[in-house]
Amino acid sequence: MLRISIAAVALAAFAIGAVSGAAADDKPLQPWERKENHVKPPKGSPLDYLVSGYWFRTPKTRALQDDDFENPAFLWVEQAESEWTTVDGKAGKSCSSCHDAVEKSMKGVSARYPVYSAKNKKMMAITHQVNYCRENYMKAKKWKWESDKMLGMTSLIGLQSRGMPVNVSIDGPAKKFFEAGEKFYHQRRGQFDLACVHCHQGNFGMYIRADFLSQGHSNGFPTYRLKWQKLGSLHRRFRGCNNNIRAVPYKRGSPEYTNLELYLAWRGQGLKVEAPSVRQ
Amino acid sequence: MSRPRVRVPRKIKKGDTVTIKTLIAHKMETGVRRNKKTGKLIPRKIINSFEAKIDGKTVFKAALHPAVSSNPYISFAISPKKSGKIDFVWTEDGGKTFTKSAKFTVA
Amino acid sequence: MSQTEVSGGVHRRSFLIAAGAGSAAFAAAQFAPGIALADKALTEQAIKKVIGDRKLIEGRVSIDGPEIAENGNTVPVGFEVESKMSGGDMVKAVHVFAEGNPRPEVANFWFSADSGAARGAFRMRMAKTQNLIAVAEMADGKVYMGKRLVKVTIGGCGG
Ligand code: HEC
Ligand code: HEC
Repeated sequence: MLRISIAAVALAAFAIGAVSGAAADDKPLQPWERKENHVKPPKGSPLDYLVSGYWFRTPKTRALQDDDFENPAFLWVEQAESEWTTVDGKAGKSCSSCHDAVEKSMKGVSARYPVYSAKNKKMMAITHQVNYCRENYMKAKKWKWESDKMLGMTSLIGLQSRGMPVNVSIDGPAKKFFEAGEKFYHQRRGQFDLACVHCHQGNFGMYIRADFLSQGHSNGFPTYRLKWQKLGSLHRRFRGCNNNIRAVPYKRGSPEYTNLELYLAWRGQGLKVEAPSVRQ
Repeated sequence: MSRPRVRVPRKIKKGDTVTIKTLIAHKMETGVRRNKKTGKLIPRKIINSFEAKIDGKTVFKAALHPAVSSNPYISFAISPKKSGKIDFVWTEDGGKTFTKSAKFTVA
Repeated sequence: MSQTEVSGGVHRRSFLIAAGAGSAAFAAAQFAPGIALADKALTEQAIKKVIGDRKLIEGRVSIDGPEIAENGNTVPVGFEVESKMSGGDMVKAVHVFAEGNPRPEVANFWFSADSGAARGAFRMRMAKTQNLIAVAEMADGKVYMGKRLVKVTIGGCGG
């Protein structure tokens, strides 16, 4: 009840026009409300059910993700497919020199990232690992976090986990990173004194201005955003969500964001990987 | 990174009309945006035209303006009378072109 | 929980202020910051430039777009003209205009005897809620027109 009334107030305050707000009792269930689109949350989850950001989007936006041709992210994926077998760096190697076919070697990899690397004594996102291979094994230059090449490669790797449930490990050495991410998620920050939890846990299914709030999961990243008109990383999204509440964003690939990535992945543990997804 | 993608049905039934889909990676710089640091206008650079030819004959043509989104997607219909080859050409401001082609059979 | 709290524990007022912060992410900002937008008159001029003094007849052209676009930077749009696309019943071209962008011209499409159907789809930028207009030039010189209002929403979480 209360959630509905707040949505109504938000709408009135910002007069966006005839956007129909939270569903009233007699309206048919919205896609994100339907049981068949829900996934059982992991043990200890603060959410009653998990639902992908996909189900909060309009049918037109979902259609762009449903067909790999309509999805512009595949322009990057195709580029990465040829990059996979392209020799680069002083070692004279390509990704395929060590990893053979991407369909086989990278199957299910993204679903369990980020992971704790004993060798590097830190949490590694896929992006970190790709650059680790480039620098150490290929003797090639790092790719920038948000470069077309990196986004294409992480999408190609993500694609090999499509449809598989997110399944990160948060125990053992990962525990303290997980806890740091959890803390970050709940920390109020910025001029508006808001935490991630306030928007994505307390208010999903409501409008913030005209934006329809989801549970803020990471299972679709990298994501082609209609707004960006390009593919973007999860850490770019973090920066956006930080900026919006007028909080100082961290750097892409920073330990803070990588810990947050781990915690967020666990919040969506069991959701199917959708990389590369399409969002508004 | 301007490599285009096209989707052309390989087999077309005689008399049928089929949908062709195309996509090309391009910024479609409008010419009205300013560089955030210098304040200078970023020069316009868009894909301004697109053409599809079947065996050398134009079947569909488009002129695009800056209102077309980045990574332009264009779909259209064809109803070819016989098997052939379809060539696609995208032209950027300044004259640079990008091409792709596909074969199909009509039976 | 008191009436002014939401389930996440945020005070209602601060939630609303934060919602307001998103207004900076107005769709036009990226497309055309600080630039005057076209209007009906300018659009009519642009249409005239293409079809001259010929009369616009409403009908036969449908333009399809979302009722509400989730983001103005990439709005999927489609069009179709009722036509046999053979003999005397041919569509020569379709011209698409937008009433509320910096410039009204969006795209022009030309068809041929092998087109089979005068339809197409593309994705466009829309600076605000506005009418889209599709004008179809027939081979016999007649000109038809279809219109559609597309609402563009203002995002709350940018980045
Ligand atoms: C010289 C061999 C070599 C090359 C070349 C190489 N890698 Fe690796 N890669 C490894 C090894 C060994 C590992 C195991 C982890 C480690 O030792 O860092 C690995 C691990 C990975 C993983 C994590 C796999 C998992 O199961 O956790 C990814 C992703 C990856 N590489 C991507 C790439 C990409 C992309 C490229 C090309 C840009 C590349 N690698 C090039 C040797 C290589
Ligand atoms: C002021 C409200 C607000 C806050 C605070 C906020 N977000 Fe968001 N976030 C949004 C909105 C609005 C969207 C776009 C609609 C959606 O998917 O929820 C979004 C989208 C996302 C997405 C993309 C979801 C998808 O399916 O692609 C992720 C991930 C995300 N947020 C994470 C975070 C994290 C992590 C934080 C804390 C650092 C955070 N958000 C804080 C409003 C917020």
